[in-house]
Amino acid sequence: MKGEGDDGMAYLVLDQLTKRFGNWTAVDHASLTVEKGELISLLGPSGCGKTTTLQMIAGFLDADGGRVTLDGKDLLAKKPNERGLGIVFQSYALFPHMTAAENVAFGLEMRKINRADRERMVADALKLVGLEQYGDRHPRRMSGGQQQRVALARALVIKPSLLLLDEPLSNLDAKMREEMQIELRRIQRTVGTTMILVTHDQSEAMALSDRVVVMNKGRIQQVATPQDAYDRPANAFVANFLGRTNLLPGMVGAGAGGGTVITVADSVWPVAQEVPAGPGALAVRPEKIGFVDAGGLSGTVLARVFQGTQWLFEIETAAGRLMVIRQHDGSPLPAERERVMVGWRPQDMAVMPADPDTASGVREAA
Amino acid sequence: MAASTETQVSGAQASAPPPPRRRRRWPLAPYLLSAPGLALCAVLLLVPLVMTFLLSLNSFSFYGGIQNVWQLGNYADIIADDYFHEVFLRTFRIAALVTLLCAVFGAPEAYILRRMKSPWRGLCLLIVLGPLLISVVSRTLGWALLFGSTGLVNQGLMGLGLIATPIEFMYTETGVVIALTHVLVPFMVLSVWASLQRLDPQVENAALSLGAGPLTVMRRVVLPQIVPGILSGSIIVFALAASAFATPAIIGGRRLKVAATLAYDEFLNTLNWPLGATVAVLLLIANIVIIVGCNRLVERRYKQVFE
Ligand SMILES: Nc1ncnc2c1ncn2[C@@H]1O[C@H](COP(=O)(O)OP(=O)(O)OP(=O)(O)O)[C@@H](O)[C@H]1O
Ligand SMILES: [Mg+2]
Repeated sequence: MKGEGDDGMAYLVLDQLTKRFGNWTAVDHASLTVEKGELISLLGPSGCGKTTTLQMIAGFLDADGGRVTLDGKDLLAKKPNERGLGIVFQSYALFPHMTAAENVAFGLEMRKINRADRERMVADALKLVGLEQYGDRHPRRMSGGQQQRVALARALVIKPSLLLLDEPLSNLDAKMREEMQIELRRIQRTVGTTMILVTHDQSEAMALSDRVVVMNKGRIQQVATPQDAYDRPANAFVANFLGRTNLLPGMVGAGAGGGTVITVADSVWPVAQEVPAGPGALAVRPEKIGFVDAGGLSGTVLARVFQGTQWLFEIETAAGRLMVIRQHDGSPLPAERERVMVGWRPQDMAVMPADPDTASGVREAA
Repeated sequence: MAASTETQVSGAQASAPPPPRRRRRWPLAPYLLSAPGLALCAVLLLVPLVMTFLLSLNSFSFYGGIQNVWQLGNYADIIADDYFHEVFLRTFRIAALVTLLCAVFGAPEAYILRRMKSPWRGLCLLIVLGPLLISVVSRTLGWALLFGSTGLVNQGLMGLGLIATPIEFMYTETGVVIALTHVLVPFMVLSVWASLQRLDPQVENAALSLGAGPLTVMRRVVLPQIVPGILSGSIIVFALAASAFATPAIIGGRRLKVAATLAYDEFLNTLNWPLGATVAVLLLIANIVIIVGCNRLVERRYKQVFE
């Protein structure tokens, strides 16, 4: 498994990486281990430090603290032009005075690849991104999506062992984006390129990545497989950031049977995670909640909305309002203002400490 | 889904005919608004130019003064006389050299300035622009003091035993070129600075990440992008250098004449106004031809950078 503690194949290691701009900390003691051939996504709200992290790995920004090693060697000691990374910049950063083909060929020229090979590789790379017709166009005469694909081709053509992609598909239409996602995945599988992908598109991150890194305000909140991060968010920020979720306040303590339990209003749930006793919070996805006869949380249906394939319920409980989604499959569903009891399987919920400050570094204003 | 509906809606709005704009009411407005500027231009620029040109067609005799006849004798005189050839050649040699030196010093200067950190950048920019803030006469006299045979430079060099006799800066082309470069380099710096502002720093990073060394980045990525800035700076510097008066007058003196000092002398010493006017007109024409020609040439070569 690709767990966090598994560093047997550690390829890229960020160790307590920190960057400050004045008294603003853009990246705060970020630690991360990436395995060879892995595709990792950085997710987080705008301004959380994703680009800054990539720029430090690439060497364009000097870190204020921490270390980065690539294949066991200290990366920060190397000059940016000796690191041999492929980078797709958020702003594309194409050479405006060169044609698309010249842009793509630049890295090959620097590697002293002979002209015939170079031309073949450039043509292949442009074909890969669907721009074989546009080789002799200048970037200013191309659309945003076309420029972005030139940037992608320019980074791919040098066949780097580590590829840093800063929102590389943000400007493509849905079809093109899907094609490029498949292409990236194929390259990662066949060539074994290690990739770090920054994206705002959660479904893209979920679909492509081996693991996702959720960041907020410069701090890494959770590193996990997409499914784990979705099903078992480490804290309230991750739970809220990845899809819709219900957060219910509760009290963590020892249960009657010996294990740890969390008490939410009139219901009690067994806790599988390691959570300190005291005030806690329980996160559960709307689609994981069902109506039960006993052993659940009781409340009243405030509203129900038909959405074609599913029903959306808003339930008022003693622990606050929560959202429930039920499939429209003909099974009997409660009406508005009806007294109901809702429940979920314990493995479908995540429990976290209530005070955000104790949860692996979230600094929410709450 | 929602996004695509929205685009459709906004698309439909965009294709609807735009509301009629109310611009028929004042068809003369643009002309009226630009009239004061045009008038100023005509009175201050066009009229003196035309008068200078007309004056250049008159003839002059030492005893009779200016004769109100229309002929091209002055032009013929200048074209036939080696002395005038020499002066014009010198003028443009100096201007070309000054332009070259300004480009060689000014472009890197602007690049270094841009990379400086905040407090130093402002300070250094002030130093670079300094020559423009000092009156041309006192600045040139300063150079004369520095360059004279008993000036600081020669005294220093002789004191160090590097030279036996003082190097002549005064009344030489070298002196004029140095002094003109000093005063005109700010124009180059400002012009290159403007084009550097449009440069995306990430583009340089992209080149670095692809394995280019700092020198290659300069040559292949930065330089081609600031060519427009260097070119427009060169045009300004060349035009100013070719028509400079005070600096060549003080440092070049009587012995080393350039077109501007020649015209001045014809006007005020020989009192041959028509000949002076002819020199001025020829200087203007030559300036325009050279600048427009060079501009065309470089613009064609770097077409893609100019859009
Ligand atoms: N050169 C700089 N000087 C000062 N602050 C900066 C600088 N660059 C970035 N920052 C700040 O650092 C924080 C992180 O920026 P960064 O570009 O890494 O965000 P990001 O996660 O990539 O956001 P986005 O998703 O919008 O691209 C931001 O709050 C930004 O304002
Ligand atoms: Mg960014």
